[in-house]
Amino acid sequence: MPEGGIVASPLLEVRDLVKHFPIRRGLFGRAGARVHAVDGVSLAIGHGETLGLVGESGCGKSTVGKVILRLIEPTSGTIALDGRDITTLDTGAMRAVRQQMQVVFQDPYSSLNPRMTAGEIVGEPFINYAIGTGAERAEKVAALFRRVGLRAEQMARYPHEFSGGQRQRLGIARALALGPRLIIGDEPVSALDVSVQAQVINLMMDLQEEYGLSYLFIAHDLAVVEHISHRVAVMYLGKIVEVAPKRTLFATPGHPYTEALLASVPLPKPRARRKRVTLRGDVPSPVSPPSGCRFHTRCPYAVARCAQEEPLLREIAPGQQVACHLR
Amino acid sequence: MATPVDAAPLLAVEGLRTSFVDEGVALHAVDGLSFSVGRGETLCIVGESGCGKSVSALSVMRLLPPPPACRVEGSVRLDGREILALSEAEMRSIRGNTISMIFQEPMTSLNPVVTIGYQIAEAVRQHEGRSWAEGYARALEMLRLVRIPEAESRLKQYPHQLSGGMRQRVMIAMALACRPKVLLADEPTTALDVTIQAQILELMRELQEETGTAIVLITHDLGVVAEMARRVVVMYAGRKVEEATVDDLFDRPAHPYTVGLMGSIPQLGSSVEEGAARRRLAEIPGIVPSLRAMPSGCAFAPRCPLATERCRAEMPPLEERRPGHRSACWHWERAAEAIHA
Repeated sequence: MPEGGIVASPLLEVRDLVKHFPIRRGLFGRAGARVHAVDGVSLAIGHGETLGLVGESGCGKSTVGKVILRLIEPTSGTIALDGRDITTLDTGAMRAVRQQMQVVFQDPYSSLNPRMTAGEIVGEPFINYAIGTGAERAEKVAALFRRVGLRAEQMARYPHEFSGGQRQRLGIARALALGPRLIIGDEPVSALDVSVQAQVINLMMDLQEEYGLSYLFIAHDLAVVEHISHRVAVMYLGKIVEVAPKRTLFATPGHPYTEALLASVPLPKPRARRKRVTLRGDVPSPVSPPSGCRFHTRCPYAVARCAQEEPLLREIAPGQQVACHLR
Repeated sequence: MATPVDAAPLLAVEGLRTSFVDEGVALHAVDGLSFSVGRGETLCIVGESGCGKSVSALSVMRLLPPPPACRVEGSVRLDGREILALSEAEMRSIRGNTISMIFQEPMTSLNPVVTIGYQIAEAVRQHEGRSWAEGYARALEMLRLVRIPEAESRLKQYPHQLSGGMRQRVMIAMALACRPKVLLADEPTTALDVTIQAQILELMRELQEETGTAIVLITHDLGVVAEMARRVVVMYAGRKVEEATVDDLFDRPAHPYTVGLMGSIPQLGSSVEEGAARRRLAEIPGIVPSLRAMPSGCAFAPRCPLATERCRAEMPPLEERRPGHRSACWHWERAAEAIHA
């Protein structure tokens, strides 16, 4: 059983993932300090499942996504897709794997080539992987356009002619082109206005049902993550501090950090105004994370042990794992 | 108006119209906007990108380019004084003094090459004719007020040495240094993490209690609105489409756009209430119309499930439909039905 939760034969299984970025001082300086971006993350995603990954800026959640895609190389740890270890595959072998695993980024504009038409952008994967004839490709691209809610006539337009929500639909169409089984969404709806955000969230959920896709949905908006996910993992300073089925996590958060995150979200209910426990201070630097439990410097319940000994993830309720000495 | 009649409002905006001239055509980014806010009150202006909420604030602050590129018409009275008619020099003595503004991205409004202390002290010196020593003393007091730890050493630091949440506090400290009567806050917490957002919102509430500053809070986040507002103005495509007290707005929204917005946000705790099954969010189909191609009639009609011929032909007036509750919709009584399945 993977540490990340209760998934029988997972589509994606990540174990003990570590990514440290060296900091160089000066032009020829030798690396000394390191940014502990990801520090021992394990997680698993089942077939057709959405795992939400939440945390504040700098917690390492985006780095986890990029390392899984091997857009950056892990310092250590393993990544397995459908039981196959892909951690050390060479570029050629990795190319084949990428048909199975795609990504949608936050800012669709910076990830779409402004000199290509929308049709070329969505059809590019077919060319890269030598799939079909020209006519077949055009047919497939038109089908993808319709599937994500764009009109086939829009294939000839350039990215700047689309609205933010439409550009995100283009990004999704491109990710779908090769029939992937896993899509990693790195804040895919964060830049969108709420009315458009709802359209894109609904689209992603519909596509999941239709194609049995698995999602790693990385976001900072807890309500969005709760809505779209089956299970949710919470990260703090490079570590997963809690992972649980969403209903458990939102009804009975186990980790004090999860609790604080939930209490911080302003609710769209004027009569529910709460006198809340707000966390003091900022997230400490990932260059020299606090000893013991990394959250102890901001935790309202911290005791002496928390500063000395690092808590490990353990199950406190069915499917709910929490890294806290006090639970 | 739902405003309790505690004397004249501190800020009263009437018939504000801000136009940008593009290739000889005047585009109305804000059209006929009126609102007012009193001492110690928080008014929220809510809407999505391009609805004109930020341009309204910049118009009030007179921070937009001068004509002919941009025209601001209507009336803006600050503590009874019409400020659209003031000279730039007169305006400069008011801006940052009687009325202040904070922005979403603090780095765009903090000077990167001078220290935090200098920036705040300079404002106090300029506006109140104090000495540098007095200015720095006020700066220190303000940094403590916004709960910046080790305020004394922070005075000597530069903006880049601070975290995002800390910079936002500095900007609030700077905006409040001259004890303004009115504070315009444009998405002040949008770029911040939730735990920091919670701190900043609480700070704004506490400071308001202490100083009685009237706050106009511009946001797209209905959670922030529910938490902060007494009254709410909803804007769509440059116009006010609804105004009500915060409770009334959330209980009985009277415009289909407001209803659509509320339906399209996922609610925290939804899985606890509804079980593990996932539901679809209500969508508002389509996108906001371009200023260049405003539909005739109601601007929301092309996206509205209740729209009829009349909506497409005739712009609905903004009228008081219930006491203190205004809506610009022909079908306001049926607004609650405006949810796309």
